[in-house]
Amino acid sequence: MSLEKRTPVVDDVGVTEDGVDYDALADLLGDSIIDREHHVNAEGFVIRPDDVQSVLRTLKDEAGFDHCSCVTAQDYDDRYESIYHLKKYRDPTQEVSVVVPTPKDDPRHQTGSDVYETANWHEREAYDLVGIEYDDHPDQRRILLPETWQGHPLSQDFNQDQPQVVSLREHANPLQDDKQSPDDPDTMFINIGPHHPATHGVLHVKTVLDGEQIVDIDPDIGYLHRCEEQMCQQGTYRHQIMPYPDRWDYISAGILNEWAYARAAEDLADIEVPEYAQVIRTMSAEMCRIASHSLALATFALDVFGDFTAVFQYGIRDREIAQDLLEDLTGQRLMFNYLRLGGVAWDLPEPREEYFEKIRDFLDDLPEKLAEYHDLVTGNEIFQMRCVDTGILTPEKVKDYGATGPVARGSGVDYDLRRDDPYGYYDELDWDVVTEDGCDNFSRVLVRLRELEESARIIEQCVDLLEEWPEDDRTIQANVPRTLKPDPDREIYRAVEGAKGELGIYIRSDGTDKPARFKIRSPCFSNLQSLAEMSEGEYIPDMIASLGSLDIVLGEVDR
Amino acid sequence: MSSDQTKLADAQSTQEARMGSGADDRFNSKLREAFGSTPFILTKFDKFMNWVRGSSMFMLQFGIACCSIEMIHTYAIKHDLDRFGAGVPRASPRQADVIIVPGTIVSKFAPRMKRVYDQMPEPKFVVSMGSCTVSGGPFQEGYNVVKGAEEVIPCDIHVPGCPPRPEALIYGVAKLQERIAEGESSPVTVKPYELEQFGDLEQDELVQKLADQIDEEDLVMRYNWGDSP
Repeated sequence: MSLEKRTPVVDDVGVTEDGVDYDALADLLGDSIIDREHHVNAEGFVIRPDDVQSVLRTLKDEAGFDHCSCVTAQDYDDRYESIYHLKKYRDPTQEVSVVVPTPKDDPRHQTGSDVYETANWHEREAYDLVGIEYDDHPDQRRILLPETWQGHPLSQDFNQDQPQVVSLREHANPLQDDKQSPDDPDTMFINIGPHHPATHGVLHVKTVLDGEQIVDIDPDIGYLHRCEEQMCQQGTYRHQIMPYPDRWDYISAGILNEWAYARAAEDLADIEVPEYAQVIRTMSAEMCRIASHSLALATFALDVFGDFTAVFQYGIRDREIAQDLLEDLTGQRLMFNYLRLGGVAWDLPEPREEYFEKIRDFLDDLPEKLAEYHDLVTGNEIFQMRCVDTGILTPEKVKDYGATGPVARGSGVDYDLRRDDPYGYYDELDWDVVTEDGCDNFSRVLVRLRELEESARIIEQCVDLLEEWPEDDRTIQANVPRTLKPDPDREIYRAVEGAKGELGIYIRSDGTDKPARFKIRSPCFSNLQSLAEMSEGEYIPDMIASLGSLDIVLGEVDR
Repeated sequence: MSSDQTKLADAQSTQEARMGSGADDRFNSKLREAFGSTPFILTKFDKFMNWVRGSSMFMLQFGIACCSIEMIHTYAIKHDLDRFGAGVPRASPRQADVIIVPGTIVSKFAPRMKRVYDQMPEPKFVVSMGSCTVSGGPFQEGYNVVKGAEEVIPCDIHVPGCPPRPEALIYGVAKLQERIAEGESSPVTVKPYELEQFGDLEQDELVQKLADQIDEEDLVMRYNWGDSP
């Protein structure tokens, strides 16, 4: 069974039976290290700014850190800093942080995007929001804010009241001379989005076509960049941050997102969550996953069939039921705000038996509905023609782009934080991680469909547990101080398995009741980066199918 | 006696006489029956047109953020906005007469939204859905967030909520239909962010700095964040 504890990977340098041996890693890196830091999740190596590539290369090739999870940039009083959070796909509990300080007056250092493809966008974001420049970066442009934006909003000297001018330039005539490449006059430039029914929100894809095939593609994001990180940095840990995670991945994955924040903040402030609350969290999170995957399937069918009536409505029908269950539990249809640091907001709705009955009814009906989906969607010949062997993403590229979630599992990368870095009640339950080896659009959809079954299994076991739970042991919240002030200068990066993949949060505390830096590692951001890889050489309809199978949600891509 | 009865049975109603024989029952609506012998109504043309407009609204398929998920639910089964004569989402702004603005509007998107709005044919109506389109909502303090849809386009109906439930949106749409039927229109925005040519902007430090990046003829939107509410 795939849930069995994996044997630790010991053939990499710096790994022992108990985990990562940081001293061995330090020996490996030698003189590049100028200092060492201790983060809550891992050791941090402070390295010289001109050694970034060699350090990352060594860690990747010799120590096996093949997953660059996130790049966090931040602005201290005396320096700028980039942190590369590295992990292993084989065992994400083995982590290391590479900290690169740069001087305040000239914040620049070597790029890491030569080593990890995924660092490309992460560094662009760091440049855009914080203002660190990366030498030899292949494409140093703004990514979230408009190109004409003045200043870097998450740096300390940004003046939020200064006026800004934003241009509307992308609507140029596609047949204009300068839109065609000089050596191949047959190419044509096409804008897809930001207002387009198939882009799942406000994504803008700049596409260059040769005949009907895509030769170049550039996803232009930032049309929904609503300053989530700034909002979280302005809120207090205890209550003011929790509403925002609901709005990152708003496709009803609210509790999964809340859990990402809860997990990071609880580990940062050493809060123990009661077991009973963990079971409720696990159950409600999986309900969210069902709701999210149903909509993913519905919109994917909408993209591929172009039909607003049949499959789409089936997906919505099942989502409505999951949402009703969640509404009974949390009081909200979409923005649940149900988790609290140290537990959940309140207990299950009374009468409990009735609620359990409702959940069981839903779970009992699910296999039949899934069979219906397989008849309607995956068994459909036209659907198969559209999706099988299109949008190929090889496992190597998955790792290179830092893709996670169903996208990685659809390419056979067996990576699921619920099992590999257990949290909540997942490691006590009996369920499987779903993988498919097709690497194409079809596999990614199949993974989501099969994950619905696994989520149902998890919920069923949670309901069994909750039914039996002794009445005098139903603690829903740990005792958390009203004003939570974690110790100063603690840094943590923690991730959970969201509906779309690894949703990570980096928090640095400064002794006050608000985080000094709050960075969101969104799975969609990394996943979307692989769109170019999947769709170059394909037709536009295949690109649309790939986009649908990535299941991005722009609120989370742009944050 | 018996001949009287036959007479009654043979007699045609006025309605039947007008419809002629062989007409399908489907053409015989309740409304028709209510009109009885005089299938004519007398009304002002404008009033009639307004009623028609409100009763057959083509919505623009336009998703921005979280609210669009609830908007999808409003169109889809269970809530089914189509029951109210307002459920045909059109993908092209040229075919739509109502735009529901479902989500946070940020600096990069506002010019595009304005453009989409401008492409819709008159008469057009705007339902602003959710707190973000009322005031910026939970993101109001963000450096990149436009403080409400009304800064960019005129809005007819505001549906508050974060996000509003589908029922709330249906209520908002029904209210809009009512307003349209009564011929009311929304006031023009008080302080719009306009799309204008870069060359027409007032010359100040910022504009001069950007002069080598933006062409004179490019359309731009200028945000004076300091003056925002």
